[in-house]
This record gives sequence, structure tokens and C-alpha cells, in this order.
Amino acid sequence: MATDYIITTEELTKRFNDFTAVDHISFYVNKGEIFGFLGANGAGKTTAMRMLCGLSLPTSGKATIAGFDVYKQTENIKRSIGYMSQKFSLYEDLTVRENIRFYGGIYGKSNAFIKEKTNWLLQQLNLQDEADKLVGSLPLGWKQKLAFSVAIFHEPQIVFLDEPTGGVDPVTRREFWNLIYEAAATGITVFVTTHYMDEAEYCNRVSIMVDGRIDALDTPVALKEKFNAATMDEVFLQLARKATRIDN
Amino acid sequence: MQSVIVNNLSKSYGKKKEIKAVKEISFEVSKGELFGIIGPDGAGKTSLFRMLTTLLLPDAGNAAVDGSDVVKNYKDIRKKVGYMPGRFSLYQDLSVEENLNFFATIFNTTVQHNYDLIKDIYVQIEPFKTRKAGKLSGGMKQKLALSCALIHRPVVLFLDEPTTGVDAVSRKEFWEMLKHLKQQGITILVSTPYMDEAGLCDRIGLMQQGKILSVGTPAEITGAFKETILGVKSNNMYQLLKDLNANDEVEDAYSFGEYHHTVMKPNFNKETLQQYLEQKGNKELVIQNTQPTVEDSFMQLMKQ
Repeated sequence: MATDYIITTEELTKRFNDFTAVDHISFYVNKGEIFGFLGANGAGKTTAMRMLCGLSLPTSGKATIAGFDVYKQTENIKRSIGYMSQKFSLYEDLTVRENIRFYGGIYGKSNAFIKEKTNWLLQQLNLQDEADKLVGSLPLGWKQKLAFSVAIFHEPQIVFLDEPTGGVDPVTRREFWNLIYEAAATGITVFVTTHYMDEAEYCNRVSIMVDGRIDALDTPVALKEKFNAATMDEVFLQLARKATRIDN
Repeated sequence: MQSVIVNNLSKSYGKKKEIKAVKEISFEVSKGELFGIIGPDGAGKTSLFRMLTTLLLPDAGNAAVDGSDVVKNYKDIRKKVGYMPGRFSLYQDLSVEENLNFFATIFNTTVQHNYDLIKDIYVQIEPFKTRKAGKLSGGMKQKLALSCALIHRPVVLFLDEPTTGVDAVSRKEFWEMLKHLKQQGITILVSTPYMDEAGLCDRIGLMQQGKILSVGTPAEITGAFKETILGVKSNNMYQLLKDLNANDEVEDAYSFGEYHHTVMKPNFNKETLQQYLEQKGNKELVIQNTQPTVEDSFMQLMKQ
């Protein structure tokens, strides 16, 4: 049923002059799903994500995010989603508590909500002792976990994560994925891009973009079977090598 | 002969030297070796490379590159090493061709003279030789930066995180290029946060919080992992991970691609583990023996 889909796209396309960055992609994302959005550099992931976040108007095709239309209801979309990229959106010269307060305020949350949830969040992240320290002084792994928590602080229906784990150590990377699992368990849909192919295995379903198209979309198990591959890395390489765009 | 010798090298930052970026590091790299420094952001990889390329003075310890001391003979080193920093640092408003000529001229040589060394890499960007470097794609910038770092035929090449943020296909291609360069007899030091690239190096040093945790061939490093690792999967991977970590026979369990890698305590019993997991409601359970990877070793060393 359409109501169970949190994201739907139909022939979604974005052209820049004569360059088709996103080429008629059609897919859906289930509510509460962890959806991996893979593709080589230049395949069109960022452009597609910008359209889904209501930041860029499509050239043609349809898409809805949390039931809102990507042409007409971009402000509703922005309120329904959270976003985190590798370049964190945290203010280094604000404290942990001030950052949380700031984002809660931006999304129009009440003081009571912010206060209560801040305490809960600090406890969850085990950051009580660091609450009044500047974010700039925190280790990278903590910043990343905080950035994720801030991105879902306003309880969005979907969170978009753009290469959230780049550069962190393997232990922190896994702790980060535990946060993702926990968020998904509360019903938040997670839409994530990554260059770590082992992380593709942690997704419920994975799509792989090649030259602006979605060339494969399925569960990791089904994709490995279909491409006769032992790992998602092999699946990715088989598909990405077919790319004809020189810009990779 | 050792191409790079590092002896108790240290570097700290801040007014009171309170940020210790590199802590008494020692290792050696043989001539012609492809040596990887593997570690996450903030491990100290860039500080180490900048000291070895004479761009940063050590606080303590010493190091030599191709027989020259990094402090006393810094001018000699600058002539014979190539350095590709993590951030793209060519001239964005010069063309591909102009950048290459510029670097050749600085080192008193010509592109023609050393063309054989860069040919395989440069031909891929030659069709765009009149394009400004700032207008190149990520993959092409990387190839140009490598060409510029090689144009004076260095004896030792330092590559600081050349594959960070690069997709799996371009990463594979880049490592192919390094293999070719190695065959030309150039010693290569490369840093990376990707553990799966460790296997492509002759030897590696695992680095974390300013320290080298371990040095050796990838096989030596994984060979030092003595505990048994079981690969476990079920129909509910998140619940399974919690169940595994709650079990007394399990030393550590963490996700690893399709399976959870489960480090077992000595004298564990596979059947008992299977029964326990079934009791917890895990279905479609698979438990199999698994070989440790460099990433497993890294995590074990980190937690010690």
C-alpha cells in the first residue's frame, strides 16, 4: 500500500543543461527501513538526495517524501526530515548542550520538549560530563554520534545520512551503526550513503546508481545471489565498472 | 638498505604541548617497499608524513629518509621525495599541463625527461590537458596530483590518504597504479583509514591516537590474533548482536558485513552457543569459523 511507503519516486529526473545527472529513477522506501543508497562518485547520488530533501527541484518525474510533494511542499519535507553529512553540521564553538538547544529551536520545538529530551539524549550518549564543553574539543567519534542524535532530535520521519562514518575508527564506526539500528527500531526511516561496502550489508535494502540510473535495488542477500558475488563489494564493482561517464 | 628509518619520533601541538599527535613512534621501511600506515582520522598520520617530508619539525626523536636526516639534511630530502597531501593542493587556476610543467621546472627537470614514469597515469588525463585543475573531477585531480608528485622521479613517495572519500572502483584503480610504481623501484608510504586496503601493502603499521599499535606484513598481523572468531548470522541481526554480547563465552561481538564477528573466550563450546542463541529466539542461525582480518586485529589492539 502506498501509505507504507515513506519515499516514492517515479521517473524522477534532473538535468543540468544537456547533462542528465539523475535519469528517470523510480523506487520506493518502506517506513522504518534502513535504505542504502550507493553509487560511484559522480553517479548522481548527491543530486538525487538534494531533490529528496526538497533542496533542488526535479526537471521531470514525481516524488513524495513522507507524503509531501517535492515540487510544491518542500517546506513540509524539510520539517519531516533530518540530515547529517560527513562535514558535520555542529557548531564547534558552541557547547554540546547549546548545539542541541539550537537545533531543537530551529525546528520549533518547545522549551519543555528540548529540556527533557536533552537530558535523555546526554544520558543515552553518555555525554553528561561533556554537556557544557565546546563541541570543537570532542573526539571525532563523539562528534559524529552527537551530529546524528541532533539530526533526529526533532523526531523526523526520515533521516538522510551522507557518508556519516568516513574516517572514523572501526570500533566507533560500529557504535555509530548501533545508533542507526536503534533509530530504525523506533520507526525512523534511515536513508544512508557510504563508501564502506561492509556497511551496505547492514541495510535492509540497497540501491546502486550507475550513470544517473538505479541499476540494482534489492536486499543485500538477493543482490549477491543475482550477481553471483560473495560480498557487496563485488556486486558494487561489477555494476560500477559498467559506468561510461568519465567523471568518476 | 632501509629507505625510511623512524626512531622515537614525537610531535605535540598547543601552547603547553598538550595535544600529543605523534607519540614516540619507531619503524623502518625497506627500499622498494609499499608500506601502509593504517588508522582513523586523528591517529597522527598526517603529522607523521609532514615530519618525514620536512614540512614539520619533530619535538623529539629522529628520522631519516634515503639516508638523510629530516632535520639536518632537509634540503636533500626535499629534492628526492614526492609528497601528495590529503587535500588537493595544486594550482586550481592553472591547467593540467601548466601544473605539471610548473612542478617539473621547480625540480629542474622537464616533463619529457621523466615522462615514462608518469605515462600510464598521465595518459588518462591528457585529453583534458588544457582544462583548469580546479575544474577536474575528483578522480582526475587525484591522477594529476600523483603525476605532479612523481615528475622529478622521487626515490620515496609519500601519499597521505589518497583514497579517502573515493568510491570503491576508483580506489581499486589507484592501488593498481601504486603497484606499477612499485615495480619501478620507488619506495611508497601510503596512509589510509580503510582497513580493507591493508592487504594491498607489503607491510603495514596500524596507527591509533599517535601510537603505532603493530607493524608487520598483513599476514603477520592477522596471525597474531590468537582467539577463535565465529561468523554468526540470524534473521534478526540487531537482536543477535545484543544476545552475543550478553553471552559469557563471548569475549567481543561486532558487526562485520553479512555476519557478526564473534571473538570467543578459550574453551568455548559451539553447541552451547547455538542452543543459547536459539533459546533467545534467533532463527535461520548460521555459525561458522572465520579468519581474522586486519580490521579484527586493529579493533583488538585498540581495546587493549
